[in-house]
Amino acid sequence: MSDKVLREEYDVVVVGAGHAGCEAALACARLGLETIMFTVSVDSIALMPCNPNIGGSSKGHLVRELDALGGEMGKNIDKTFIQSKMLNQSKGPAVHSLRAQADKQNYTRQMRNTLENTDHLTIRQAEVSEIIVENGKLTGIKTVSGAEYSCKAAVLATGVYLRARCIFGNVSNPTGPNGLQAATHLTDSLKANGITMYRFKTGTPARVDKRSIDFSKMEEQFGDERIIPFSFTTDPESIQREQVSCWLTYTNEETHRIIRENLDRSPLFSGFIEGTGPRYCPSIEDKVVKFADKNRHQVFIEPEGEYTNEMYLGGMSSSLPEDVQYAMYRTVPGLEHVKIVRNAYAIEYDCIDARQLYPTLEFRKIEGLFSGGQFNGSSGYEEAAAQGLMAGINAARKAKGLEGIVLDRSQAYIGVLIDDLVTKESHEPYRMMTSRAEYRLLLRQDNADLRLSEIGHEIGLIDDERYEAVLRKKEEIGKEICRLEHTTVGGTEKVQKFLETHGSTLLKNGITLAELVKRPELSYEAVGEIDPDRPALSPQVCEQVDINLKYEGYIKRQENQVKQFKKLEGKKLPQELDYMQIKGLRKEAMQKLDQLKPVNIGQASRISGVSPADISVLLVYLEQLRAKTREEKKQTNQPV
Amino acid sequence: MSVTNQVTETIAAVSTAMTNSGIGIVRISGNEALDVLSAMFRPAKKERKVKEIESHTVTYGHIYDGDTMIDEVLVIYMKGPHSYTAEDTVEIDCHGGVLVVKRVLETALKNGARPAEAGEFTKRAFLNGRLDLSQAEAVMELIDSKNEYARKNSLKQLKGSVSEKIGALRKTIIYEIAYIESALDDPEHISLDGYGDHLFDVVKKVKDEIDGLAASADNGRLLSEGIKTVILGKPNAGKSSVLNLLLGEERAIVTDVAGTTRDTLEEHLNLNGISLNLMDTAGIRNTEDIVEKIGVERALNHAEDADLILYVVDSSVALTAEDETIMDMIKDKQAIILLNKSDLAPVVDGAYLEERTKKQVISFSATREFGLSELSDAISGLFFSGSLAFNDEVYITGARQKNAFLKASDSLRQVLSSIEAGMPEDFYSIDLTDAYEALGSITGESVGEDLINEIFSKFCMGK
Repeated sequence: MSDKVLREEYDVVVVGAGHAGCEAALACARLGLETIMFTVSVDSIALMPCNPNIGGSSKGHLVRELDALGGEMGKNIDKTFIQSKMLNQSKGPAVHSLRAQADKQNYTRQMRNTLENTDHLTIRQAEVSEIIVENGKLTGIKTVSGAEYSCKAAVLATGVYLRARCIFGNVSNPTGPNGLQAATHLTDSLKANGITMYRFKTGTPARVDKRSIDFSKMEEQFGDERIIPFSFTTDPESIQREQVSCWLTYTNEETHRIIRENLDRSPLFSGFIEGTGPRYCPSIEDKVVKFADKNRHQVFIEPEGEYTNEMYLGGMSSSLPEDVQYAMYRTVPGLEHVKIVRNAYAIEYDCIDARQLYPTLEFRKIEGLFSGGQFNGSSGYEEAAAQGLMAGINAARKAKGLEGIVLDRSQAYIGVLIDDLVTKESHEPYRMMTSRAEYRLLLRQDNADLRLSEIGHEIGLIDDERYEAVLRKKEEIGKEICRLEHTTVGGTEKVQKFLETHGSTLLKNGITLAELVKRPELSYEAVGEIDPDRPALSPQVCEQVDINLKYEGYIKRQENQVKQFKKLEGKKLPQELDYMQIKGLRKEAMQKLDQLKPVNIGQASRISGVSPADISVLLVYLEQLRAKTREEKKQTNQPV
Repeated sequence: MSVTNQVTETIAAVSTAMTNSGIGIVRISGNEALDVLSAMFRPAKKERKVKEIESHTVTYGHIYDGDTMIDEVLVIYMKGPHSYTAEDTVEIDCHGGVLVVKRVLETALKNGARPAEAGEFTKRAFLNGRLDLSQAEAVMELIDSKNEYARKNSLKQLKGSVSEKIGALRKTIIYEIAYIESALDDPEHISLDGYGDHLFDVVKKVKDEIDGLAASADNGRLLSEGIKTVILGKPNAGKSSVLNLLLGEERAIVTDVAGTTRDTLEEHLNLNGISLNLMDTAGIRNTEDIVEKIGVERALNHAEDADLILYVVDSSVALTAEDETIMDMIKDKQAIILLNKSDLAPVVDGAYLEERTKKQVISFSATREFGLSELSDAISGLFFSGSLAFNDEVYITGARQKNAFLKASDSLRQVLSSIEAGMPEDFYSIDLTDAYEALGSITGESVGEDLINEIFSKFCMGK
């Protein structure tokens, strides 16, 4: 009977069709590999089961980077957004971040359309139940029907679906989001292959009927006047459109009273939920308990799409029972008569301890098996997509026999994200934050194309034309900065008057235009008034010139730090190193290093419990090792 | 200090023992060695430029801290790789004694060098391929033992009150960083309107405190600097009286009740120019009293890492098993035995003690004040014969700590000027983080997950 199963052969198998799975599958197929993507429901491709937006602080950075590497998310949201906003505009350029409200259904539809029309890509609705591993190497997967798909590499991107359980009050459904079928078998197969699993939890607020909301009691939140696209390939002109509003309202003491009085009915506090939830995305009951001194919390009412009346209650995720949800929502101004369409719920799921992965997102124990997204213990669509892309790229390279690609912490937020995941112990879903990026002044969303297009081109996801345009942009920026640094103006009447109107100190001697741009009260744009020879440049080039000059001091400082950082990243640590035998390491460091087996000194230094003194010992040990091999070589080379 | 910069920064240290000898050498190694030198050294021949000094030549001139002349020196420059560390290296021969050598080093630190870790010159020599394999083994041993020492001591040397203060300052700083970062990550929930003014006041205050700490680092108020001298003995042997006598003041409470001193008292004493860090301890005896018991344990611990032990014996009562324990303990250490209460009818035989321990025994009376000059001669003798050394490690730690305070202060100054210049808030947190790290390097704490934890515990974020 076992002979009568379906058998097929592919280069790469992708398990899951969420934001990670889509990017992984597209990357592999676009790189020319025969790719099959499995999903429990084709209708749920690129589903947004929680918040209806893409981007936001630091997440916007991820999308931009993904775009520069040849990913799809940026393009897809540009096609499907209904409101767009650049956050933190009053702050420094490093923390500007784009966020767009999506039409959820349209987002899904467009992504599916892209996938369906990509060559070398097959979409298949089936639950993957087993991985097939021979001699530590992945050779294929099995589905619940017993069908076998052999492959050279696979990407696991199961999101929140592994043994998923949705919970509110005392109701518990063994499903994924929106009642979608959970994947119940794969966990056992992974465990049997020696993979350590965690159980995490996250949650989502209720969706309510727009017609039951009194918007007159809320503050309207508009999009930006001028819309900036996510993708570097999208023409800004082509996406200017009328936008849909979001709305802001607040909880109050009455809301909090109801929550407090019903805490004993919350599965979170009764112990019914065992998974670990994220601290940055707390449920409303969490917030009320933890920040008891706050007498109100913000609630953002966001449309789920343009052609639906469902609205998302941002800020009020919950797993309280249905009746309590009703009661508490109805205390909020504007929601007095609200009707719930879908209850808020918490969801529990299996994921992995991502420290089992190399920075390429390949499993240390199973060659050819990669993973990305919430399965790796992260949270968020953008975090998932970024990992999916990298896992896909590296799975494709594995299948082609090429070396993996790793972005480091000085190159991209994606690098920070993956390094954190595979290095640091985490007990909650990981969310990207700008404060996690130590070189964030260099890793701006505005220069993602300049930073990463070369890598995207080398990988093969950015075509020549696009890459050459980036090179031209780089050149223009460099030339213009150089010109400003070498153009001197004196205290002529025109210049002094210009300075006076901008509240800037008058000139006593000649000064370069570059120096003027650096003054806090001036900018590249403003200085244009006294710069008659300025060439016509695109707004994107002007922006780079301005930022690079204005923040030169800080940027140089971070560039120097990066140089130091690179030196340690360049010192590779052999995987077979026996840390328990290295004299001088402290016990804790020994165990941590032995457990993680970092790929280089830099990664070793970021493991908690490894001190600078331990790193010293490692450096010396490495050198000792090298000296030993040198001497051995010398001896073997000597004629007998 | 971050790991990142550890292997590349220019480092400096006093590379001769910090004894009272006249000559001391300050060594600077790293890419910027010559830059550091040129900022502090003026050759006697005015036409000579520091940056043009030839490798492996000696230049005569003076070290200046700003406009203040510090010492007359000889400078040797060795261009890498032809130096011990294989990096550009400068050696400054100073002539003005310990204090001057210290100031020369501090000037080097002020001008961009970082204080070297224990064994760091050797480590670099090794990492740069200057040592062979057998030497490498020795380096490992050295680093191992030095690390152990530093781990044990850097925190211990810091007075409790100081590390508490640093802890409080760090808390203030990280709260502000977390506030800024929360607002950046969740701008729709947390606003930074008017925040600059608030931060300016907070930072100003913190900076003033740090400047105060940096200044007090100079006169040794932060560290228990000096020869760690532990007064040890049985209860009621008169240890506290000895301490009071040495200090010339009633510092410790003296009664004739055994066990009066239940904890360790620490005082600084300058004896003929030798810096002693005197510790009075609880008397050693088997006791059921819990407080006293802890005191006894502490006394033994202190004796364990003492540089010098003053063992006080009550000569008017017979030796007991506890005395034998103490004598065993001091056998391998530098110690002087004070036969106290020698004005009373002696019961204990000094010759036996000397024979048993091979230590110098001095007839002493704390109440009649005799034996004091013999004691100070004995200590000077040990010091100048080299048996007792001024603890270099303590000094190195001190320099490192001062440097860290200055760094923190400078970062905060940058925050203040960024606020004044109206820079965006995310720039404040860059410098605040630097200050936070610098302070952490004093108490041995790194940033790690501090910030993320602070953000989540103090500020309500999220959708």
